[in-house]
Amino acid sequence: MKSRSIQWMLAAAAIATLAATAGTGCKKLHSNPFPQSGAVPGWQKTSETRVFAAKDLWQYIDGDAEQYISAGVVSTSTSDYKYQGQLEAVVDVHTMGDAAGARKVLETGQTKDTKTVQLGDAGIAYAQSVIFRKGPSLVRIVAYESTPDTPQALLTLAHAIEAKL
Amino acid sequence: MTSRRDFLKEAATGAVILGSQSKLGFAGMLDQHAESGKSKVVVARDPQLHGTGAQPDEKRVLELLDRAIAAYTGRHNPVESWKHIVGPAKVIGLKVNGLGGKGISTHLALILAVCERLQQAGVKPGNILVWDRNARDLQACGLTINTDASRVRCFGSDVSGYEEQPVAWGTASVKLSKILTRECDMVIGLPILKDHEMAGVTFAMKNMYGVVEKPFELHANGCNPSVADLNRIPTVREKVRFTVGDAMSSVYQGGPSFHPEHLWYPNALIVGEDRVAVDHTAWQMIERKRAEAGVPTLEAAGRPPRYIATAADAAHSLGVNDPQRIHLMEV
Repeated sequence: MKSRSIQWMLAAAAIATLAATAGTGCKKLHSNPFPQSGAVPGWQKTSETRVFAAKDLWQYIDGDAEQYISAGVVSTSTSDYKYQGQLEAVVDVHTMGDAAGARKVLETGQTKDTKTVQLGDAGIAYAQSVIFRKGPSLVRIVAYESTPDTPQALLTLAHAIEAKL
Repeated sequence: MTSRRDFLKEAATGAVILGSQSKLGFAGMLDQHAESGKSKVVVARDPQLHGTGAQPDEKRVLELLDRAIAAYTGRHNPVESWKHIVGPAKVIGLKVNGLGGKGISTHLALILAVCERLQQAGVKPGNILVWDRNARDLQACGLTINTDASRVRCFGSDVSGYEEQPVAWGTASVKLSKILTRECDMVIGLPILKDHEMAGVTFAMKNMYGVVEKPFELHANGCNPSVADLNRIPTVREKVRFTVGDAMSSVYQGGPSFHPEHLWYPNALIVGEDRVAVDHTAWQMIERKRAEAGVPTLEAAGRPPRYIATAADAAHSLGVNDPQRIHLMEV
């Protein structure tokens, strides 16, 4: 009985070590809001999901990290996508400490061009980006090009992510 | 016909070794400035740079670079100009900026153009080192990692590592990238112009945050005086001697990350030795765009780039921020 308990502890320690060594500040994601390739028509997931704890967020978005930290970010997950083999985009999912933190970030930096969209608890869209919050999650999807298909393609991907949150 | 990309990709077999130009170079340029008593900054523009695409036209970028460098050096032959710029330096580092990801990083076309002219000026491909913090940042610029010294090298501080011993000046106590300390004789900054959430503006001097191990430790108080202090560290001050600033596209709000809703195309390069004067000029460019877009000034937004004035003060003496002492050439 005792040896089984020790085996459990060793296994847990091994899992923790694997997670910690997945990269400096970059761990494998456990719950996954990122749609796999083909799950959303036209969209391919083109990179592994990287996860940054708040203390390591500077490695991903140095200079921008502070605004998320001040709003209580717990971790940020990110992955690259491609639409119809051409349009590249990046999806960031910021997990905040609470919904108020997600609201604070969403309401920062909105412009007169902001278009409200029905996504999660609140969402906005521009020609090349969609941002929405749902509970403590804040999702930002940014495309690197503007094409006629971009706005609708981003919204479709955003709805799929929302469904997984 | 060798394409521009070939200058990065092909092995060098016939590069001319630096030599006769070694007594010219930067000292001569600085003397030239001293005569006029002003720091020269060139802003070169090409409104047609982007055409209809998101990426600038490579040929036009090379032409724009040549125009900027010719105006700066007063020499119309680009190869002679670049010989003059690099002087006796053997290994030239090009410190790019890929922090903002694919949407707002130093343009590949500019990096290729500078590599092409450096090689034509006699710098061996393997003595050109394109670098940034890490592979991700370099890939964001469209670059491929290469440590093979028969070609233009391209790798980050994640490969080279950082010095064990920190160096300090004022508030900045940092571990410098070994690329800066051990690899490069001279560094040319190739920053991209951006609004910055804390510092106000990021360009020539702020680009140096990418040469230290923990840049987030320098973010207090709007990065002031840390940006100036970092640039005052002797290795940074002495090796980083020229800026070919990428203002071909920029974000005037929401930076330093990519915010396409605030993307704009100045279609410009900003060139100079005086990093303070270069940053002051870039700051004014951002302010003009913010005014045009109806966005508050950086002062009103609570984040004026105070580090620029700090860098110009007597304690730092990194350059000038007084417009009366900047010889601004717009070409």
